Amino acid sequence: MSSAAALTWFARHEIRLAWREWLAMIAGRRGKRKRAIIALTVFVAIIHLPAYAVIGRFADLQAPLGKSELIVITASIFLAWALMLSQAIESVTRVFYARADLDLIMSSPANLANVFSVRIAAIGLSVIAMALLLSTPFVDVLVIGGGIRWLSAFGVVIAIGLSAAAVAIAITVALFRLIGPSRTRLVAQIVAAIIGAGFVIALQVAAILSYGTLSRFAVLTSDAAAAYAPALDSPLWWPARAAIGDGMVLSWLMAGGLVLLGVVMAVFSPRFADTVVSAAATARSVRHGPRTTAFRGGSRQQALRTKEFLLLRRDPWLLSQSLMQLLYLVPPALMLWRSFSETSTAIVLITPVIVMAAGQLAGGLAWLTISGEDAADLVATAPLPPSRVIRAKIEVVLISIGVIFAPLITALAFASETQAIITALGVIVATVSAGAIQLWFRVQAKRSQFRRRQTSSRLATFAEAFCSIGWAATAALAVTIPIAAIISGVMTAAILAATWKISPQRT
Amino acid sequence: MFPDDKTKPDRPVIMQSDLSALEVRGLTKRFDRPAVDALDLTIRTGEFYALLGPNGAGKTTTLRMVAGLLKPDAGSVSILGIDALADPVAAKQIMAWVSDEPMIYDKLTPLEYLEFVAGLWGIASAVSGPSAQQLLVSLGLEPHLHERCEGFSKGMRQKVALAGALVHDPRLIILDEPLTGLDALSARHVKGLLQDRVRAGGTVIMTTHILEVAERMADRIGVIAKGQLVAEGTLTELRQQNGRNDTSLEDMFIALVDTEAAAA
Repeated sequence: MSSAAALTWFARHEIRLAWREWLAMIAGRRGKRKRAIIALTVFVAIIHLPAYAVIGRFADLQAPLGKSELIVITASIFLAWALMLSQAIESVTRVFYARADLDLIMSSPANLANVFSVRIAAIGLSVIAMALLLSTPFVDVLVIGGGIRWLSAFGVVIAIGLSAAAVAIAITVALFRLIGPSRTRLVAQIVAAIIGAGFVIALQVAAILSYGTLSRFAVLTSDAAAAYAPALDSPLWWPARAAIGDGMVLSWLMAGGLVLLGVVMAVFSPRFADTVVSAAATARSVRHGPRTTAFRGGSRQQALRTKEFLLLRRDPWLLSQSLMQLLYLVPPALMLWRSFSETSTAIVLITPVIVMAAGQLAGGLAWLTISGEDAADLVATAPLPPSRVIRAKIEVVLISIGVIFAPLITALAFASETQAIITALGVIVATVSAGAIQLWFRVQAKRSQFRRRQTSSRLATFAEAFCSIGWAATAALAVTIPIAAIISGVMTAAILAATWKISPQRT
Repeated sequence: MFPDDKTKPDRPVIMQSDLSALEVRGLTKRFDRPAVDALDLTIRTGEFYALLGPNGAGKTTTLRMVAGLLKPDAGSVSILGIDALADPVAAKQIMAWVSDEPMIYDKLTPLEYLEFVAGLWGIASAVSGPSAQQLLVSLGLEPHLHERCEGFSKGMRQKVALAGALVHDPRLIILDEPLTGLDALSARHVKGLLQDRVRAGGTVIMTTHILEVAERMADRIGVIAKGQLVAEGTLTELRQQNGRNDTSLEDMFIALVDTEAAAA
């Protein structure tokens, strides 16, 4: 096989793997794939409605654009880029640590620089494919409302996807060199989480500090932003100009993205093998626990709780995800702090944010403790009834949520006691709902499968999301329009009851 | 209702002294086809029993039902006089299970893992701490007591799992292929530890594909095929049943399994 043919063959292999991995992530088992793809298509179609609400008003925009419009479009594109970068960093980290495949590749007589070039390109391709899928409803809305010139927005997505993949590889390899492979896995995940959420949160923080609102557009459309923005001919506006149909600028952007990824491939591919070897060695390296040998006493349930807390504390993925959830709590916390000095009706927004965050975090924690049991046989053969095991695990979720959210609710109590009580009730109900759903849909799985927990039951995932949103809305309405809160609460309870009715634990 | 941990004795009180360690009657489990078919099995206390059989014969299914991990379709399981189906908690208190795939927590150290197991079985920390350390040392894990298990080889993980099974001093130890993945020295450690338990009055039931191990270690051997016990006894008894006094266990096993396959 010639070198070019071997590369093409490996590229096909990579694309096939990426496609199957994506399908598995979306659809889970093979038999369910057709249904899942149909559901996904319907979902993307339905997403056109909220996309219209968010972006429909920009469809008529024509060149030349004013500074305000340029800032809003550029910020939106930058947000998309940050999310792509976050996803790409995660993909690169996964490539480094997926040893089963790498052992085979590295023991083969293939040219490793070429192989890793293909793999880098595959990362870029998967990031772009996902971004194109997610951006399709938004671009469709613009094309329908403003004409085919908006199709160039797809080109912008491709260009920024190429650059995001390139920057992700550079960041991850740089982290390997700076802090060593052992810390890179955790730090890369945290960096990915911060990059993904950081931009939105930074805008919200700026909006709160300047205008006392959570709206990002308040900052972007402000006179101050326009005053600090560069001139209209600045390259900073190229992505925005390309998105509204400037073909020449789009060509430059695409070329820039390709060159950037090409340079990263040329520079980093030869070093990829060394980096991967370091990462593989790290997976076998020794991490020490405390050196105490005396055992703690306590009940059987206490032994279970101690184990769960220890494992949660030592789970890097969970830590990065929790950090992201907590980052989203920064703006409401900031708003809360500001409300001490001035009366603001915007403080009402804190309640749904806190309740929603609690529900989401509780869902993840409940999956980890209830379903993600690495030594299922051991726990099943222990001399205590399954109900005790489940109870101890649920206690861990409740305690964790309590520890995280109690300070915020306490601070809220200083601003409004009623709102604090409603928020606390919302947090409890959302946590119990999420825990119950995980209990009804529990499957035996490894903790390392946490990333794919959504695929084990799509129904549970949707129920968990709808219940979180429902309880958040109910809590917000309870603060503002109590009568409406009853309706919202009944609807959410009905969703929960319907979920129980069709859950495997009942059937 | 589950009794309070502090008042519950570590072991249930067993009145009779001449009880079988395990008595299985008419045990049946069907998946697509019968996996275990009305199996009767009696294992005496203080016995090292090896359960042999070809792949898919029903060995693991049988032992998983005995350990309470799988619910039988029919039959009874009695462990040292305790009805394991009626009172699983009491039965589990005096029994340990080790599977062929060592299931331990990557993020815990061996000592932390054993502390958790001892806690689950309600063993007093003053007893379990020194005992855990001694067990791990005897299995050659002393240099790794404070290292997280995530970097351990399969053999090391198997040893940690075995130590976890022994830390609560069970009277019946059930092991499914415990020597898989162990090097010669580790295998010798494990075999020595199991024989010590038997000498101290414990009972060990083990499945294995390494017939040499069964031949050397087991007091009695049972051969299972298609979910039924097709032969049982000491090595000498098996030879007599087979009518060939000079034959090896391997030859007898193949002859027995072939006969069963031909009969089907």
